[in-house]
Amino acid sequence: MIQIRGLKFHYPKSRVVLNDISLDFSSGNIYGLFGENGEGKSTLIKLMAGLLFPKKGYCQMSNNDLSKRRIEDMREVFMVPEDFELPSLSIHKFEKINAPFYPKFSQDQFYDLIREFKLSPQENLSALSFGQKKKVLIAFGVSANTSLLLLDEPTNGLDIPSKSQFRKIMASAVDEGKCIVISTHQVRDLHSLINHVVILGQSKVVFDQPFSSISEKLWFGRAKQDRQDQIIYTEPSFGSRAVLERLDQEETEVDLELLFNAVVSNPERINNVVKGKMHGTVI
Amino acid sequence: MDFDNGKPIYLQIVDFFYENILIRKWQENERIPSVREVAVTVEVNPNTAIRAFNHLQEQEVIYNKRGIGYFVSEKGYDTVLEIKKKEFMGVKLPNIFKEMMLLDVEFEEVKHSYDEYVKNVNDEKK
Repeated sequence: MIQIRGLKFHYPKSRVVLNDISLDFSSGNIYGLFGENGEGKSTLIKLMAGLLFPKKGYCQMSNNDLSKRRIEDMREVFMVPEDFELPSLSIHKFEKINAPFYPKFSQDQFYDLIREFKLSPQENLSALSFGQKKKVLIAFGVSANTSLLLLDEPTNGLDIPSKSQFRKIMASAVDEGKCIVISTHQVRDLHSLINHVVILGQSKVVFDQPFSSISEKLWFGRAKQDRQDQIIYTEPSFGSRAVLERLDQEETEVDLELLFNAVVSNPERINNVVKGKMHGTVI
Repeated sequence: MDFDNGKPIYLQIVDFFYENILIRKWQENERIPSVREVAVTVEVNPNTAIRAFNHLQEQEVIYNKRGIGYFVSEKGYDTVLEIKKKEFMGVKLPNIFKEMMLLDVEFEEVKHSYDEYVKNVNDEKK
């Protein structure tokens, strides 16, 4: 659904943030977009929302360039930014003004979510806390029912019960017609929701794999003595938890935090294993 | 639902189903929650829930009525009992034996505790 090819971007008089990025996003999936601070996650999301223009390459939705900002495309994209300012309006008024831009917007869904988040339509946005404002935007984004929903650090500012609510909402929001991209540092908040991992590093895509391939090729846990030589990456601070090539071992749950650190420390090695280019025991 | 780190989430969902069937919360030929409902309840990607449903179907614990939903199989309870018993004997018990040896626990001691436990349970039932 979304096709990014050879994308390059830098801010004025600044270093290159994204260089030669090529990615595909398809509907029915929840993508996790990861990367260390300043690796261009938010920039990529803004490019996908048509808010920034690529210096080179393109970002297309169903073969239409998103930087053209065609109405037909823009009404199918909604972005919840990490940081934002909202006007001094009631939630109800905010919905009235913004909903008409999104043909598939569902009022019922929006007010159900607002209630679920313990907010009321009469409340003024300017009187809400940051976390509450974020809830309004998340509720709006989900109810807009756009083909593409972009969420930049959605759980930042949410209290503990709201994180669980957020996961429930996302689990119910994704369907065959929707593609959800979530950028985050809060791996633990979203781990069970994501089914595809994209990691940015040094202005490039260093990892881009579905969960199914990761759990098929990699094994996460404490390595037994006889498997020490198969360790791809390990950390004492994780109780010596390690990433190994799975081979014929039982499937384990993907440890996203460990995977992220493993990719950042040595992207080639882990990619070769997942793509099946290298085997641990070559004779 | 709290997920433990080692086991794939879809198998933890499978265990959650097994438990509901074993405690007779979900009876034979009774309709069970949909993929979407399960995904929302346990806060996972629906694809993960689908994997759990597929696994349960392969084990013939549940079956699908097109357009209606999923149901516990006629022999659902028996099948689950067999699967979980096999797992207990094959995986859990050897681990307990290993720990017994490590801690130097005699079989007689365990038997005594077990008899006591059974007695208590039976007393409670009366």
